Amino acid sequence: MSAASPAAITRRHVVDHLTALESEGIHIFREAAAVFERPALLFSGGKDSIVLLRLAEKAFRPARFPFPILHVDTGHNFPEALAFRDRRVAELGEELIVASVQESIDRGRVREEPGHDPSRNRLQTVTLLDAVVEHGFDALFGGGRRDEEKARAKERIFSHRDAFGQWDPRNQRPELWSLYNGRIRKGEQMRVFPISNWTELDVWQYIAAERLEVPSIYFAHRREVVKRDGMWLAVGDHVHPRDDEEVATRTVRYRTVGDMSCTGAVDSRARTLDEVIAEVAAARITERGATRADDAFSEAAMEDRKREGYF
Amino acid sequence: MDNRKTDDRAPTPGRLLPASEMLRFSTAGSVDDGKSTLIGRLLHDSKGIFEDQLVALERASRRRGTAGIDLALLTDGLRAEREQGITIDVAYRYFATPRRKFIIADTPGHLQYTRNMVTGASTADLSIVLVDARQGMLEQTRRHIVIAALLRVPHLVAAINKMDLVGYDEIVFRAIASEVSAFAGKLGLGEVTCIPISAVHGANVVEPSSEMPWYAGPPLLEHLESVELESAHDLRHVRFPVQWVIRAAAAADRDERSYAGRVEGGILRPGDPVVALPSGIATTIRAIETYDGPIAEAFPPLSVAVRLADDVDLGRGMMLVAPDDAPRARRELDALACWLDETPFAPGRRYWLAHTTRHVRAVAIEVVHRLNINTLERDPTAGSLGPNDVGRVRLALAEPIFGDPYRINRSTGSAILIDEATNATAGAILLLEDGEVWP
Repeated sequence: MSAASPAAITRRHVVDHLTALESEGIHIFREAAAVFERPALLFSGGKDSIVLLRLAEKAFRPARFPFPILHVDTGHNFPEALAFRDRRVAELGEELIVASVQESIDRGRVREEPGHDPSRNRLQTVTLLDAVVEHGFDALFGGGRRDEEKARAKERIFSHRDAFGQWDPRNQRPELWSLYNGRIRKGEQMRVFPISNWTELDVWQYIAAERLEVPSIYFAHRREVVKRDGMWLAVGDHVHPRDDEEVATRTVRYRTVGDMSCTGAVDSRARTLDEVIAEVAAARITERGATRADDAFSEAAMEDRKREGYF
Repeated sequence: MDNRKTDDRAPTPGRLLPASEMLRFSTAGSVDDGKSTLIGRLLHDSKGIFEDQLVALERASRRRGTAGIDLALLTDGLRAEREQGITIDVAYRYFATPRRKFIIADTPGHLQYTRNMVTGASTADLSIVLVDARQGMLEQTRRHIVIAALLRVPHLVAAINKMDLVGYDEIVFRAIASEVSAFAGKLGLGEVTCIPISAVHGANVVEPSSEMPWYAGPPLLEHLESVELESAHDLRHVRFPVQWVIRAAAAADRDERSYAGRVEGGILRPGDPVVALPSGIATTIRAIETYDGPIAEAFPPLSVAVRLADDVDLGRGMMLVAPDDAPRARRELDALACWLDETPFAPGRRYWLAHTTRHVRAVAIEVVHRLNINTLERDPTAGSLGPNDVGRVRLALAEPIFGDPYRINRSTGSAILIDEATNATAGAILLLEDGEVWP
């Protein structure tokens, strides 16, 4: 190294963007694990939480994760995502806790929303907060990204929640350098977002680079769908075509894995990771805009749900 | 995301797109100087705005009676901001070109948002300061440059905007550019890149401007893509704060420990001698491990785990450094502070000081002076620091920290103060060298 010019030495020590993002994510995981008593990692079987699990492996292996994995099961999940969840958790040998929205309904904690094929998206906030209390979680790792939505764009990496699980966007703690303030009072919690700075494209590039498995619904496949609210919804147990709706069989894939009742499929021919990356790189519509009915309500839909304790 | 241009090289698995470098930059400005228009322009012209965002933007602009698209609405993400038509917080935006991935920390520019500007600048590799060509350097232009200098942002760009309103006049540009450079020079900022632009017309933002043939430099985006990203980190002094201890069962009767953390300075290699602080015990690096296997060297900002040759007792809050190169143990801090909280910094108040992975109790001793960040005048009679104030302070610590001057290392030279009563992040702390005067 003594022979190298100073410029050559420093060039060699600039890392590419995926390495920088990965290292930041590992650092965040270790910080949160160190300062919180009882964290949990939210895993849905979706691509963002798949990346979270890999970052957790990178942060803590060869030891076990210092937290359990938590899944909020709305009862409206894609079966492919549930099967993947169980397989992945078994492979990791980590503890999985499932909090069920159906149980919250059965216990009278929440009521199914009225209307045709109701979404359970809002209900899951109650199930989540009940699970937090039941298990005494003081921090939850989530796969939220700031590029997803404009309220998220302002959210901190360590995002404080009061004793009611609520986010106060106007009263957030400043976050400087990479010094995260994890101090909370009893009953309060923190949401921790290790991939805040990743974009949808970063996530796919990382999945490809790490050769991570993802549920099959992320790749193009033939499926019966029905057009509703401008989106292709999968016909099945949670989406029943109305008389005026026409069922079509199309080649589609999912850009995001949410509830079957409110997650739209996109027309796609992408059958491999590289094809997905090419498609995402060329996409002209945001991930949420293309696929989530829940954000279409109002300009501040996400902000309002987050205030209530939503992820 | 403008990554759709395919690479000439044959795609390797998972690397269809070339690995690119990442540049974080901050912007500061207010409604009038066209900051939001500039960001909107960068995102729009580099295709970082999606069609559905554009449609939502048009809808929102119409509702507010704006003709065309109000690009400011793109960055003002909170309900209160849209209702009041102001930016009140740091918004992070992302875009990429085939050459680089960019993270923008977009901050408001008014005096009462100094703390947001400081937050945005704290992680920035580059800062863009906007200057209205009709107005030249204003008080707030100086403030933005002072903040970039205070936070030691490695690169500064002055975007001289609204050139269309001064007839794309080279003389106007030259005059402002030399004034900006002179002021930055006084603050010890080396290079300032001045670019004449018209954000509203897209001149010299993404595309070069035919209206300003006298300008030979690159448009703003090209500058952002090509500015030399020499490591912004200190590669000379080894600093490895222990963040977490990984214990894995090696055999039935013992576990094997490795010390996990992020390299905050220097280059670590297996075989290197190290000293653990605060104990002072000397040992040797046996291996540097990652999930993907051992590596030959670790440098900032890599997160790794270090295995040591000897069985020394290390834990979170301790630091590995090179022998004879330890940062001074500081039980009393003489530092610059930017105050973030409504409750003022005043002698006798108690805090937690978070420095690397080490958290210690701290008590305020005095405010040496408050700095007027518009005039750079020092007020030694201030007594306290209120929200958005910058000044020099002294603190006493219950236990020592091992810090470097911020000038040398932005990680080991920085800390935050957390209010003991409210847990608010109350202050940003930048360590000084003995006798160092800033600015």
